[in-house]
Amino acid sequence: MKRTVFFKNAPRIVGVSSVGGPKECAGCIGDRIEIKLSDDKFGEKSFEQAESKILYTAIKNAIHNAGRKEADVDVILAGDLLNQIISATFAARNFSTGYLGLYTACATFTQSILTGGALIDGGYVKNAVCATSSHFSSAERQYRYPLELGSTRPPQAQWTVTGAGALVISNKGKGPKVTGGTIGRVVDYGVTDVNNMGAAMAPAAADTLYTHFIESGKTPENYDMIVTGDLGALGSRLLKDLLWEKGYDVNKNHVDCGEIIYNISEKEFQGGSGAGCSSLVFCAYLYEKLLNKKIDKMLFAATGALLSSVSSGQGESIPAIAHAVSIEA
Amino acid sequence: MKTAKDCVNENYLSLVSMTAPKTDEKRSLFRAFWVGGAICSVGQGIRLIFSEVLGLSGDELAAYVSVALIFLGSFLTGLGVYDRIGKYAGGGSIVPITGFANSVVSPAMEFKTEGYVYGTAAKMFTVAGPIIVFGVAASVLVGLIYFVIYRVF
Repeated sequence: MKRTVFFKNAPRIVGVSSVGGPKECAGCIGDRIEIKLSDDKFGEKSFEQAESKILYTAIKNAIHNAGRKEADVDVILAGDLLNQIISATFAARNFSTGYLGLYTACATFTQSILTGGALIDGGYVKNAVCATSSHFSSAERQYRYPLELGSTRPPQAQWTVTGAGALVISNKGKGPKVTGGTIGRVVDYGVTDVNNMGAAMAPAAADTLYTHFIESGKTPENYDMIVTGDLGALGSRLLKDLLWEKGYDVNKNHVDCGEIIYNISEKEFQGGSGAGCSSLVFCAYLYEKLLNKKIDKMLFAATGALLSSVSSGQGESIPAIAHAVSIEA
Repeated sequence: MKTAKDCVNENYLSLVSMTAPKTDEKRSLFRAFWVGGAICSVGQGIRLIFSEVLGLSGDELAAYVSVALIFLGSFLTGLGVYDRIGKYAGGGSIVPITGFANSVVSPAMEFKTEGYVYGTAAKMFTVAGPIIVFGVAASVLVGLIYFVIYRVF
């Protein structure tokens, strides 16, 4: 069994776009976000429609920024957190391209890059769009309580990111190369606290990174940056502990998207989460670093907690997954 | 098939509980105490006004005060203020009757997008439903105990 793949033809990321909500725009990477929203409903009637529009806008702009036309794009690979991934499908309704809906919760973004990369590397498609979105208000009402309910958040909680990121990968053009990746496996250490996603996802991230190092023969030192999706402050600490136990030290070059998206003063406890978290941070901030060669080699592992309100209601623990992709400038 | 029990990794879970930040109990208790107390004082104030100005008393007075507080709770929920009070005060704003109003109005508002019948009306009691069910069940039980003791002794 081998879960690490290498792309011989190294598809390139030729264009990105990011859309962020008001809170995200006030955060650490706020001024790098391409389209800044002042209204988290984006002029729509419901939060679900707003999320769809956010994703649609990101995809449309990514295609434009990549210097492509809609007709050049063969397939859109997208996903989000809502039931039946409605944000992604309703966004894809506006395009005449092919569509593959993906879901591994917040790990969907790297799953889409892995899948899209494989399709391009194999020569099956020429241009593919990878995109994910999430919306605080739509996620909150699906997973937790109504927005206006006066309840407190425990200190280990995270805040679902409102925003989307989309990128175009292509077999031609200039941009960072996707050189391969590691397909995640579902890992469950028995965490049942739905407010502590970081703790549920850290073992999955550790498993994927460890497998990647073993199977690719690389070490953390081979990468300038090891990025995880939305572990938050607590999850990041647990990840470092778990990898340390296996003999790998990622202390120096590990960055978590959830940890850097908000200012500490915003009191979002452990940081951001959601399918849009990793895509927004990558497309708004990290992509530029890769383009300017500030980062040369990056391992990007988005993490997802694969629970639903039904499974946690039935007393199930929280399985998690992490997919990793390696990207070189 | 693995079940949730088979997945439990004791070592890891104890590491998590060691590293996870704890809720500041003293601060939570203090906030709940003063906000909850303040809400109840407002209720007491309304009670005084109603009994002095309107000349109400007994059950009628209690009902009027409850109605006034429920209105206040619902109104503040509609304005988007109550969730902020709740975020700060926790139990202090959940336990009084204003919290009950909040738990009914907030899902009603939230699910308006799914229509008035299948949204607002159907989802209105998603949060408050259990409180009503157990409240009624408990009152029946207490009533039975009271009845038995009253008859026996």
